[in-house]
Amino acid sequence: MSDISPWAILIATIFTSNILLTNFLGMCSFLACSRQVDTAVGLGAAVIFVMVCTTAINWWIYTHALIPLGIEHLWFIVAIAVIAAFVQFVEMFVERFSPKLYHALGIFLPLITVNCAILGASLLMITRNYDFHQSVAFGFGGGIGWMLAIVLIAGLRQKMSYSDVPRPFQGVAIVMIITGIMAMIFMGFAGMVKI
Amino acid sequence: MVFIWSILVLVLIVVGLAVLLTVAESVLVNYGVCTIDVNASEKSLEVEGGQSLLSGLIESKIFIPSACGGQGTCGFCKIQVLDGGGPILPTETPYISRGERRDGVRLACQVKIRQDIRVKIPEDLLNVKLFNATVISTEAMTSNIKEIRFKLNDPSEIISRVGQYVQVQAPSPDGPVFRAYSISSAVYETDEVELVVRLIPGGIGSTYLHNLAVGDPVEFTGPYGDFIFDEDPDTELICVGGGAGMAPMKNIIQSMYRQQPDRKCWLFFGCRAKDDIFYLEMFEEMAEKHPNFHVVYGLSEPKPEDDWNGETGFIHLSLDKMIEANGAKRQAFLCGPPPMIDAVTKVLLAKGLPDDRIFFDDFG
Repeated sequence: MSDISPWAILIATIFTSNILLTNFLGMCSFLACSRQVDTAVGLGAAVIFVMVCTTAINWWIYTHALIPLGIEHLWFIVAIAVIAAFVQFVEMFVERFSPKLYHALGIFLPLITVNCAILGASLLMITRNYDFHQSVAFGFGGGIGWMLAIVLIAGLRQKMSYSDVPRPFQGVAIVMIITGIMAMIFMGFAGMVKI
Repeated sequence: MVFIWSILVLVLIVVGLAVLLTVAESVLVNYGVCTIDVNASEKSLEVEGGQSLLSGLIESKIFIPSACGGQGTCGFCKIQVLDGGGPILPTETPYISRGERRDGVRLACQVKIRQDIRVKIPEDLLNVKLFNATVISTEAMTSNIKEIRFKLNDPSEIISRVGQYVQVQAPSPDGPVFRAYSISSAVYETDEVELVVRLIPGGIGSTYLHNLAVGDPVEFTGPYGDFIFDEDPDTELICVGGGAGMAPMKNIIQSMYRQQPDRKCWLFFGCRAKDDIFYLEMFEEMAEKHPNFHVVYGLSEPKPEDDWNGETGFIHLSLDKMIEANGAKRQAFLCGPPPMIDAVTKVLLAKGLPDDRIFFDDFG
């Protein structure tokens, strides 16, 4: 078990090891839903919520069910099942109690199921041997980091609609390039906190 | 041992999650039976909550027009929701004008029934029925336009107004879809319905209709449409059709001349070449019987072998040439592709027809 404080993990996953910009997880929804800042914020918020809850649930199942029985090899499939079921639950819950938010998020909500950043967070916390608090901090920070990245890129893309992008680079191509540059900028934080 | 544990734990977790979700669903998504109150308690419908207002109404045999099958992309299923519909959704805003929004107009397919709802539905739509019919004839008019005639079985009679349309139910991989087609048979033919359908490559409705053979069963709902035909015998009627846009023209002209044989009427029909011409002989025969009926067919791209000595060029140019701006009382009905509608509307406005006397149906 690593002995970094949960606070350090929280800060680190937002800046120095941003799950999107250093691990390049969750790229598909990052590219698809980053046209408008407000949808990016909505999706980011949903990712934060789902990531925190699934890391907590998954950590509990892993430590209290899989390890005692010696069946850690089931880890992947269990993690995916939990995430899928949880997203379904969140969808029903949001639809019932906040139809407005439900329609604002639209297709993004079920899309979170296949967001690899969510699964990535659950898998990484196990390989890094985090305890419960560290895992939740990791999930929370990872979500914030992901949201930060997608909101930044959405802002850039909104501005970019006024710039004269050469034809071959228009659309996803230029977004990939910008993401690369942004990842390099975030690398400036690297080494400040080690996780 | 580890295998048994693996299987057991996996099954337990999956079953546990499934049970949790089912419980959550029955608690969260269960809205119970809700009441739809139609037109100030004229009708009161009990439907299962949780579904869309559109499917709730269809279940209760009120057929709201919908061409896209409830996906919120056609904007046909507008009805007034007075109470209990919740806030207007982003999926609806493109189709609802500011005035309509004030009146509580919503897309029925996007409103979910969560509680008791009060709605206002035009009387016309309450008369819409689901018809079972049989194909009695299909005839190719041009290379891609077919005339298809149905005999009504149940109900056996359709009472429609001039210029209305029906929605044919066509099978598709994602379940049945509805597609709108103008009725081309006259309104006095109450036991039959005829459609003129252009084959659109890849189109679900037109492909289905073009592949029908005599004797095949068909289901459709109707009649729909809010075109108000001016019954005043002194009003001159101007009909402009392009391609399959001939369907409503045939309906209007045949229905009108049965009642008012001396009425003034122009029919303009635009198409590319002679191969695209249809119904010309029928209309010329009518023009001989009714001296006030003028038929103008125009070809935009006549081929040399067509040997055509009628009008050439786009149809709005012929219209511009033949219709005088004399201030006569007129009503115009246009049906065809959007560019044609735009061009003809401009000419008609220039001829002094007020905006509200020009009715159109573009194939958009």
